[in-house]
Amino acid sequence: MKHARVVYQGQTYAATEQDGALLLASGQRVAFDSVQWLPPLAPTARARSVIALGLNYADHAKELAFKAPDEPLAFLKSDSALIGHRCHTVRPAGVQFMHYECELAVVIGRAAKNVREEDAYDYIAGYTVANDYAIRDYLENWYRPNLRVKNRPTCTPIGPWLVDAGDIANPMALALQTTVNGVVTQSGNTRDMIFSVPTLIAYFSSFMTLNAGDVILTGTPDGVVDCKVGDVVVTSIDSLGALVNTICASDAAQLGSEPHAVHHGFSPFSLFSPIGV
Amino acid sequence: MSEHSNSDSPWLPSGTVYGSLMNFPCEHTALASQMHGKPYGAPPKAAVLFIKTANTFSANGATIVIPCDTEAVLVRASIFMVFLHNISVKSSYSAPHSVALGLMNDITIPHASFYRPPVKTKCVDGFLAVAAPHTAPLDALADLKLQVRINGVLVQSIGYAQMLRSAEQLIADVSEFADLRAGDVLMPGCPFDAPLAHAGDVVEISAPGFETLRHTLVAANQVARSTLSHAAGQTSSTGSTA
Repeated sequence: MKHARVVYQGQTYAATEQDGALLLASGQRVAFDSVQWLPPLAPTARARSVIALGLNYADHAKELAFKAPDEPLAFLKSDSALIGHRCHTVRPAGVQFMHYECELAVVIGRAAKNVREEDAYDYIAGYTVANDYAIRDYLENWYRPNLRVKNRPTCTPIGPWLVDAGDIANPMALALQTTVNGVVTQSGNTRDMIFSVPTLIAYFSSFMTLNAGDVILTGTPDGVVDCKVGDVVVTSIDSLGALVNTICASDAAQLGSEPHAVHHGFSPFSLFSPIGV
Repeated sequence: MSEHSNSDSPWLPSGTVYGSLMNFPCEHTALASQMHGKPYGAPPKAAVLFIKTANTFSANGATIVIPCDTEAVLVRASIFMVFLHNISVKSSYSAPHSVALGLMNDITIPHASFYRPPVKTKCVDGFLAVAAPHTAPLDALADLKLQVRINGVLVQSIGYAQMLRSAEQLIADVSEFADLRAGDVLMPGCPFDAPLAHAGDVVEISAPGFETLRHTLVAANQVARSTLSHAAGQTSSTGSTA
């Protein structure tokens, strides 16, 4: 089944795909173009861990002139960087090189600690598509890729669907593709990952508990190009769907992420309720 | 979600926790000879930041497990700021921000290279100990003196007057590109000479007017196998393993 989270007439709904339309949790059936799409991720009690991989495809590692890493190159981002399908991503004024990265996103289904590779698939809720934009002008060699490159609001579109893990027979053999204004600029296959999805889950869970709702962005293959304001960038993965995004100037962003306090279900002031009790 | 509405729960961050590196002059002095060589090429320009994931959160009083292959950990004691409202990229920084301040330990496996993001060295289960914060003016930070004791012995005193980016400047520089949301936490930094602590040590971080942060370190191989998996689960869900 394909799951989404959408805003319809001002209300946020969980939804599923049904015969080319959205079936909202309320029972209403609505058209895809009548909603605002949010990341297809249910709210989490604590901050969601969003782990991203660099240089996880041999060809992309070569493209960026690095030797393939001997252990996963991971970086983290806040889920404030995530936005949904059909939202706009800001290209900062004056930058020279901003590129998309089409990535298979793995969503964890239950707490995973010290998981063996052969058991790793049991901990996956599902898969979606992510576009992990980078602003290369801001790259520095301190904790690289640094947060200014990768942890920007609107710069990680994700969705449209969270597809149940059981519906994807082999996540390690899915074709990925990116188009910019309809022209194919990136294509690859998840079989070319250096560290496979089970290897990544085993690796991360060897030192950190992965919790339900945590996300692993598994890296991108060869073929990243600069994107300009107005470009329509579509990142798609076989069986998962096509994630549409439009580049906009910094004063024209349409934020598709939920406010943090709402996301976590309480007001900022309830943060302090435990004090002194 | 029920644990978070329970007023008896110890405090843990609700949002993203950002930490800083290279915000004290002594960090730049210590790395001066390396900064222009490979792999750094140049001193950092933007604030050097990292994220502590939610699996690291340990409530005050917790027992924190040191992994089997780790002999000692850095006690990166710091004040932290919790934001009480959203500071978005689009809201230009002007008025003083409403924050709460508290004490934390950014427990870190020592690492000599700061080239790649510190995930394996900083995001180990339980590796962020936090005491409950209270609302305070940001300018209180400049006069603050924080003390670190290991097994009762004073091993480090930290002042914040020397920071390269003041708290206000750091907030401005981070919110230039990242949305800081209500509940998010920002650690302004830690001097280079962070002390080491070992399994069995009791770490205490204090400052006048703040809830003192205490935790005990224990070696993973001293924890029974069944207890270990239980403790890891507790750390990730409630942070209280004590």
